[in-house]
Amino acid sequence: MMNNAEGSAVVIAGLRVLRGRHLVLPDLSLHLPAGQVVGLLGPSGSGKTTLMRAIVGVQVIEGGTVTVLGHPAGSASLRREVGYVTQSPSVYGDLSVRDNIRYFGRVVGLTGAALTEAVDRTLVEVDLTRHADQLVQDLSGGQESRVSLAAALVGRPTLLVLDEPTVGLDPVLRRDLWALFRRLADAGHSLIVSSHVMDEASRCDRLVLLREGVVLADLTPDELLARTHTTDPDAAFLALVDAAQRSQEAAS
Amino acid sequence: MNPALTLATAARVLRQVRTDRRTIALIVVVPCVLIGLLAWMFSGTPVFDRTGAAILGIFPMTVLFVVTSVATLRERQSGTLERLLTTPLGKGDFMLGYAVAFAVLGTLQALVATAFAVWVCGLDVAGPLWLLVVVAVVDALLGSALGLLASAFARTEFQAVQFMPAFIFPQFLLCGLFIARDQMPDVLHWVSNVLPLSYAVDAMKTITTETDPYGTVGADLAVVGGFIVLALALASLTLSRRSR
Repeated sequence: MMNNAEGSAVVIAGLRVLRGRHLVLPDLSLHLPAGQVVGLLGPSGSGKTTLMRAIVGVQVIEGGTVTVLGHPAGSASLRREVGYVTQSPSVYGDLSVRDNIRYFGRVVGLTGAALTEAVDRTLVEVDLTRHADQLVQDLSGGQESRVSLAAALVGRPTLLVLDEPTVGLDPVLRRDLWALFRRLADAGHSLIVSSHVMDEASRCDRLVLLREGVVLADLTPDELLARTHTTDPDAAFLALVDAAQRSQEAAS
Repeated sequence: MNPALTLATAARVLRQVRTDRRTIALIVVVPCVLIGLLAWMFSGTPVFDRTGAAILGIFPMTVLFVVTSVATLRERQSGTLERLLTTPLGKGDFMLGYAVAFAVLGTLQALVATAFAVWVCGLDVAGPLWLLVVVAVVDALLGSALGLLASAFARTEFQAVQFMPAFIFPQFLLCGLFIARDQMPDVLHWVSNVLPLSYAVDAMKTITTETDPYGTVGADLAVVGGFIVLALALASLTLSRRSR
C-alpha cells in the first residue's frame, strides 16, 4: 500500500472537463482526505461520474491537475493502487463469479496461494460464496454488481473509487457493504463512494455535494446538518441547493 | 508487457469460449462440412486437389476474424476493457492474450479440417501434412489480428459482422482461388500482392504440389507474419487508456 502520510488521497486543482460539447466540470478544486470514506453526492447529471473518471485517470481533461496518492491521475505507478468500479457492472458474463474475481486479482499481480486466499476472502465480503461457481450471466442484477465490486476489492487497492455501488441492493446487503467500507477505511484505505441516496450520507466521514459540476459543500455529515438547520440529509441537500440558487439570482 | 499476464488473459478468453459449446462445435464442424461439399461437388475432376488446400487456408482466417472482432467489441462495450486499462495489464498483454487464445482454437480447427480433407475427402498433398496445419494456424492468427483491428472501427455488433465482407471478401476474391493471380489484370495482380491472404493461399498451394516446399512456404509465412505484427501494432494504437 502506498504511503498516505501527506493526509490527502486526492488533490484536484482547477479541473475542467468537457464531454461532447457540454462543460461538465467548469473549474473544480478539491482535497479528499486519506483513510476516510468520502461520499460524493448529487443529483444525476451533476458530474459525479465524470469527477470519478478524472480521479481514476480514464477521463480526457481540458485543464487543471488531478493528483492521486502523490502522483498524476492515471500514472502507471497508480495502476495497482487505485480500484475503480463503474456504475454498470463491468465483468464477464460468460465466466463464473470465481473466475472473474481470479482474473482481476491476477492482473493486479496476485498469484498462487495469495490469489486463492484473496478470492475466497472477497467472495465472503460481497456475500457470493454460495454462487461462486455460477456464471455471472445467470445472476440477478444486484449480484452482478457485487461481482463487479469484488473484482476491485480483490487487489485491496489503496484508493477505491466506487460509482453507486449500492444501487439495487437490499437493505441488509447495503448495511453489510457500508460496514465493509468502514473496515477498509479503518485499515487505512481511502474510499470515494458516489450515491444519490442521501440516507447513505450519514455513513460517510466526509461529504462532497456536487451540483451542475460545482462543489456546493465539502464538510462532515454533522456539519451539513448544523449548517442547514435540518435533521436529515435529504432536507439538507435541498436547503443547500435553494441557497445556491438564491445567491446565483442575487448575483445576476 | 508481462508474459504471465498475457497467458492469464489467454486462459481467461479460452475459459469464456469453453462456456459457449455451440461456437466451438461450429468452428470445428462447419469447415469439414464445406470441404466435404466441395470434394463431392467436384468428384471425378482435379478441381478439389487444386482448391482444397486453399480452402484450408481461408477458413481459419474468416472464422477467427468474426469471432475475434465480436469478442473484443463486447469487451469494449461491457466496460471490461476500460477497467482492464486501469490495471497494470499492458495493451500488448491484452492483444497477445487474445491472439494466443484464438491460435489455440485455430490449431484445433486446422487439425480437424486438415485430417478430414486428407483422409476422408482424399486431398492429394505432395508436401508434409504438418506444414498445412502450421500455415492454417498462422492464418488463424492473421484473422484474429485483423479482427482485433476491425473491432476498433465498429460501434455495434451488426457493424462488426459486416466488416467480414468488407475486410475478408476482397482478399478471398483476389487470393488466387478462382483464377491464378498472375493471370489477373495488372492492377488487380498488384492489389493481390499487398493482401495477406494471397500469401497464405500461395503457401497452401505450394505444399500440395511440391515435395520440398520449405523455402517458398517459409517466405510466404514471413510475409503473413509481417501483416500479423502490423495489424496487432495498429490495433494496440486504438486502445486508449483515456477517453472523452
